[in-house]
Amino acid sequence: MTEPAIRLRDLRKNFGRTEIIRGVDLEIGKGTRHAIIGPNGAGKSTLFHLISGKYEPSGGQIFLHGEDISGKLPFEINRQGLSRSFQVTNIFPRMSVFENVRCGMLWSAGYRYAFWRLVDQLRDLTEESERILEEIGLADRRDIPAGVLTYAEQRALEIGITIAGGADVIMLDEPTAGMSRSETDQAVELIRRISEGKTLVMVEHDMGVVFDLADKISVLVYGELIATDTPERIRGNKAVQEAYLGTAEEAEEMADA
Amino acid sequence: MSVIATTGAATTRRATFRRLAVWLVSAAVLLILPQIFTSGLAVTVMNQMGIAIVFALSYNMMLGQGGMLSFGHAVYFGLGGFFAMHMIDWVDQQLFVFPIYLTPFMGGLFGLFMALVIGSFSTRRAGTVFAMISLGIGELVAALSLILVVFFGGEEGVSGDRTTGPGIFGFNFLQDIEVYYLIAVWVLVAVLFMYLFSRTPAGRMANAVRDNPERAEFVGYSQRTVRLISFCAAGFFAGIAGGLFAINYEILTEQNLNATTSGGVLLMAYIGGIGYFIGPIVGAVIFTLLQTVLSGYTDLWVLYVGLVFLATVLYVPTGLTGIMMMHVPAWRLGRLRSLVVPYLTMVIPVAMLFCGLVGLLEMFHYRNGAPTGEVEMTVFYVTVDFTSPLPWAVFTALTLAGGYLTRRLAPAVAASFQAATSYDAKGSSA
Ligand SMILES: Nc1ncnc2c1ncn2[C@@H]1O[C@H](COP(=O)(O)OP(=O)(O)O)[C@@H](O)[C@H]1O
Ligand SMILES: [Mg+2]
Repeated sequence: MTEPAIRLRDLRKNFGRTEIIRGVDLEIGKGTRHAIIGPNGAGKSTLFHLISGKYEPSGGQIFLHGEDISGKLPFEINRQGLSRSFQVTNIFPRMSVFENVRCGMLWSAGYRYAFWRLVDQLRDLTEESERILEEIGLADRRDIPAGVLTYAEQRALEIGITIAGGADVIMLDEPTAGMSRSETDQAVELIRRISEGKTLVMVEHDMGVVFDLADKISVLVYGELIATDTPERIRGNKAVQEAYLGTAEEAEEMADA
Repeated sequence: MSVIATTGAATTRRATFRRLAVWLVSAAVLLILPQIFTSGLAVTVMNQMGIAIVFALSYNMMLGQGGMLSFGHAVYFGLGGFFAMHMIDWVDQQLFVFPIYLTPFMGGLFGLFMALVIGSFSTRRAGTVFAMISLGIGELVAALSLILVVFFGGEEGVSGDRTTGPGIFGFNFLQDIEVYYLIAVWVLVAVLFMYLFSRTPAGRMANAVRDNPERAEFVGYSQRTVRLISFCAAGFFAGIAGGLFAINYEILTEQNLNATTSGGVLLMAYIGGIGYFIGPIVGAVIFTLLQTVLSGYTDLWVLYVGLVFLATVLYVPTGLTGIMMMHVPAWRLGRLRSLVVPYLTMVIPVAMLFCGLVGLLEMFHYRNGAPTGEVEMTVFYVTVDFTSPLPWAVFTALTLAGGYLTRRLAPAVAASFQAATSYDAKGSSA
């Protein structure tokens, strides 16, 4: 049996005395698209922050490809092949769109802290960055500062930076939040393309997107996973429906999807 | 696809060519400047400018490029300078043979070493913590310089003779003009390498960490290491500037590493514009001119520099270079001409405001310090009696009227500027 891409063992996080993540066990298989859903404030983003190293776990362990990464720093985890996006757009606002993407691949392309090589001469990087710009639909915004992009464009760039390094585990935190219907459809196609052959972990509120993309779904409620299963079985799951009854709208959405 | 690729390559080649042209022109300008400005004073001023350019650019490797606000950058300038000065002395005492014209490099290495030591803990955080540490280290080193007499030479400082050691091309740097050419070569090389640094992975990531340190960590970079590298590079080039200072003045004292010098380099970078590579160059040139030329006319020059700095922070945070760059779109659209008249209308009110303010400040200053019985002074080549109310009234009137008119006219000028730079203005103006 192969190691799962990500394995969480009794993962916990408290802020002061408030327990936000309360013992999460989860395995995310290599090459699967895994969605994490749950009501607002359930701790989905916190879970992402724990896995990606932004927060240090209060208890439990995190394994990436079988290696214990609990307590490691974000850049160390990233170098091991995990890349994430943020729910609140997190880009390099004064640098050009092109440079944002290129910054996302400098380390993984092996250039590290080099101060003896000129980036403009690294043709492979330029070409790869431009290919990603095409992919995320920002080729015509190449040279403007990222800070002046529209919201939807910044969301696309957020994904661009995340995938630029070619990490094999991609984590997206609400990639379609705040997008219109057509923008969402485009984003779904983009996510489908870029996650081809990779492990994708995604927090998503839009049930249409979730049931469209995900191979597996986990439901997080008050810092605990109440179910992890295939989309069909999640739809039929009693506990999940009950948990969602509080938010009638989402329950309806789930039934429709 | 192939079309895009070839045009891309052609554009890159053209850009490379343009960049090369910039460097060649700069070299030519440096070469002929002393032919245009031949006086001894001019050469002194230009030497000082060259040193300031390297120093200010090194400062901006931290502030503009890396987002680190330092109040103690003179430490690396000064330490590099002291070390270079000692090198010159050691050569003079024939401890070893070393060409004097290369001592700035040794100053740079010393600055780099000190930056590595201090940066190893000060670059952990950016922002306020970094700024406070830089201030503390600055005070510490300035205080140490009066205690560690062996290295810093106490209050007299350390001095030496730059003409010892092997020369080059028959130069032995007896004359200031020979030092000019030495500094010019160093400036060109240092500026080139500082520019190239900004185009390396380390330099690009310095920008990224400045913009968003958190995100940089999630693409594989330790923000601390990125900052440390920029910090060390800045220390290196500041040390080179210090070494040039040692050759030029043949003396270093506590003044060269204290808070005043650290403040000066901040002003240079900021007035010139920290958001542009050439900003600090512009700032260094202007600052040096104010410092050398203006100081010959008035004791209040520091006050005027301070006012220029305040005005920059308040009204043009992008600095003088930012003002120039603001006009690039108008120039591209061929509308620079349409700005001439509006700008000219501003000249008179601004000049009135300026003369009025300067007149008042100078009279105030002179009255306080005048020897008893002396009642006359010269302001703008006019002799006035500062006990009579007339000049006070005139200058006050100038200030008020100039200020009022400036405020009145500013919106119209701003509107002309808008019209000259916005794309849709074409239709309405036609
Ligand atoms: N840094 C923090 N300090 C204190 N409480 C936090 C912090 N981050 C998140 N929380 C709390 O943890 C809970 C879960 O937040 P979050 O993970 O953002 O939820 P979700 O992404 O599922 O909407 C919220 O109640 C939030 O207030
Ligand atoms: Mg969230």
